[in-house]
Amino acid sequence: MSDLLQLEAVSKSFSAVTVLDRVSFSLKQGSVLALAGENGAGKSTLMKIITGLYSCDGGQVLYRGQPVSFTSPRQAMDAGIAIIHQELNLLPNLTVSENIFLGREIRNRWGLLQSAQMEQATAKLLRDLKQDIEPDRLVTSLSLAQQQMVEIAKSLSLDAEVIIMDEPTDALSDVETQVLFEVVLSLKKQGKGLIFISHRLDEIFELCDQLAILRDGQMVHVGPTDEIDEAQLIRHMVGRELSERYPYAAVPRGELCLRVEELSAPGVDKISFEAYAGEVIGFSGLIGAGRTELARVLYGLVPQTSGRVEIKGQDVRLKSPEEGVAAGIGYVSEDRKGEGLIQMHSLKHNMTLGTLRRFATRSGFLDQRRERQEVGRFVELFSIRAKGQEMSVEQMSGGNQQKVSLAKSLMAEPGILILDEPTRGVDVGAKREIYALIQSLKEQGLCILLMSSDLPEVLGISDRVMVLSRGCLSASFSRDEADQEKIMCAAVA
Amino acid sequence: MPVKKILIDNKSLVALLLLMAAVSLYSPSFLSVDNLLNILRQTSINAIIALGITYVILTAGIDLSVGSVLALCGAVCASLLAADTPLVLALLVTLSVGGLLGAANGVVISLFGVQPFIATLVGMTMLRGVTLVFTDGRPVSTGDFEVAEAFYQMGGGYFVGIPIPILLAAGVFLIGWLILNRTAFGRYVYAIGGNEQVTRIAGINVRRVKIIVYALSGVMAALAGMILTARLESAQPTAGLGYELDAIAAVVLGGTSLMGGRGTLIGTLIGALIIGVLNNALNLMDVSSYYQQIAKGAVILLAVVVDSRVKSKA
Repeated sequence: MSDLLQLEAVSKSFSAVTVLDRVSFSLKQGSVLALAGENGAGKSTLMKIITGLYSCDGGQVLYRGQPVSFTSPRQAMDAGIAIIHQELNLLPNLTVSENIFLGREIRNRWGLLQSAQMEQATAKLLRDLKQDIEPDRLVTSLSLAQQQMVEIAKSLSLDAEVIIMDEPTDALSDVETQVLFEVVLSLKKQGKGLIFISHRLDEIFELCDQLAILRDGQMVHVGPTDEIDEAQLIRHMVGRELSERYPYAAVPRGELCLRVEELSAPGVDKISFEAYAGEVIGFSGLIGAGRTELARVLYGLVPQTSGRVEIKGQDVRLKSPEEGVAAGIGYVSEDRKGEGLIQMHSLKHNMTLGTLRRFATRSGFLDQRRERQEVGRFVELFSIRAKGQEMSVEQMSGGNQQKVSLAKSLMAEPGILILDEPTRGVDVGAKREIYALIQSLKEQGLCILLMSSDLPEVLGISDRVMVLSRGCLSASFSRDEADQEKIMCAAVA
Repeated sequence: MPVKKILIDNKSLVALLLLMAAVSLYSPSFLSVDNLLNILRQTSINAIIALGITYVILTAGIDLSVGSVLALCGAVCASLLAADTPLVLALLVTLSVGGLLGAANGVVISLFGVQPFIATLVGMTMLRGVTLVFTDGRPVSTGDFEVAEAFYQMGGGYFVGIPIPILLAAGVFLIGWLILNRTAFGRYVYAIGGNEQVTRIAGINVRRVKIIVYALSGVMAALAGMILTARLESAQPTAGLGYELDAIAAVVLGGTSLMGGRGTLIGTLIGALIIGVLNNALNLMDVSSYYQQIAKGAVILLAVVVDSRVKSKA
């Protein structure tokens, strides 16, 4: 098979900071290349060079043996290179089919749009992905996972030769991930070249033939996937040995923190469970099974329609996040950009947003020195890497942003902490730090509800695992009972 | 290059100083103390309104109703004085009316979910109508009682040689700055404009903050209305027409983002001064008032275009 895409000693700097340093690799027809590396290793920059968003300072990109330098993603797309972005690039107020055909709408000779024709084509694309989404639905009404599938459908409709997938599975649950894998394998059979970027190492080994590892802008390893194991991969990525992936130690169960009885709300159907201080309960399930919905009802973001919630023996009926915070609940949303942090504002202002009142003196003014000290304490405690407290959050890596999000919730000293996908879009090193943090919070007697579609993670750090399916609690396992198979069985029940 | 960075970071101030330098070359009387105090006094009304609108715009909102609130409050104040109401009471009642009208905007926006643009456009139209009904379309005299004479000081008086409107504007800017930069409430204002959903999820009562912000804008319009009424010694039913646009222009010239979450009160003050200097300069140059509007619009457009080009390069 011939090389579809070749990179030869590609370099790129931004204002004297070298982001890519003589990076070379090649992508063959009919193969899947995994591009691995921590956040900030240069993966995204590399993809932006291939797709024409950036130009490189040194080296060259060869496509089908010819040197190319695209000046826009549009050009790259027309030449046959498509990218599925990590950040969704769909327009929320357009329909699914309008999004898929954006910029290349089918028109009749009067210039009028042929909506029916486009919707039929869209329906077919989605059927191939086993997605039950009507083409005329507005994107804003879709879940994050469904939007991701639409994004995938869009890039497939381009019929590109090279398809780059930047963390496509991050928002997906296992079933959707399997569908995506089947699609990838069939594309591979058709002789396309795929570049697959993922933080989930098991996926890399399951799906990819070739592995390229970036660290600090340099290609530290290129080779077939079967010549390397997970430990070696991690060592290449982080440049150091990581001990066991999931820190876990049981702690004696404390008092009853939360009792939920037949709780119902949109997407949540008569869920009952109890949670104690000093334990982590992992909530697993498919996309749309009701994990996020459950988290939001418990926090007061969405009102409950029926059922009872008791916190530390007190009956509560929360009607707003304000009341959720007052009841001692912390919540870290799955959507860091939209719901977690104010991207344009500073680390400090984000971290203290929910707890400003405690920094107010009697005169009503903020004690800024105390605020700075407290933020500094958390920055150190969570080893948040930032250029000072005034650094805006949008300039920080995913992992560090997530730590700021966590710190923000923890500043309010909650008794119950609800984490929705706390490691999404976070690199291996930061993931481990977050796991260690969860463990130590548990040891301090917090009750932690972990909503996650990352099954190994749920199994790795939970004391108990609860599985949701179509809004209902379909199974509950102790740590010893739980395994991947049982959870998947319960999830599709 | 640090010099370049300082220039870019303070571009509103640089623009103001360049403008002043240019005008002073053309007309030496421009830099006289009298003329500068005159500019400051004329600017103070716009600056006070712009202060309220800065808060609103920081939450990613807009307030078009300030001109009408100003007129109605001016008329209310004049009628109170004509009925020999004690001065302090008249002032407090007028400020409260402004606050309530603003709060009504806030309620429509945050409880009924109406877009700020529409809600305050409706407010602008209806309140102008209310003012015309209330005044019967005629100027309202402040009456002949002593209290009116005292009230006129608010517009034409001096304290230690400085016109009182300037002192009032300086006072509210100091307080406004402290609230915005040194209190939790001020942080919430920025946070709501930065990302309302994040702010809500962090457990902040976003609705309450927004209602207070619009109420504040109403109070500022009422204060401006009183100063104008005191200056003219009567309330005009058509007072404040188009003032909302001058105030919004001042906020934008001061570098505050209309998308919310970013901006400063000092910028707004400088923006208001740019407009004030421009008005003054056009008058000194004897430009007809018809052409003045065109010139003003052109300068604002130029400033905003330059600003966005500098931003995209930075």
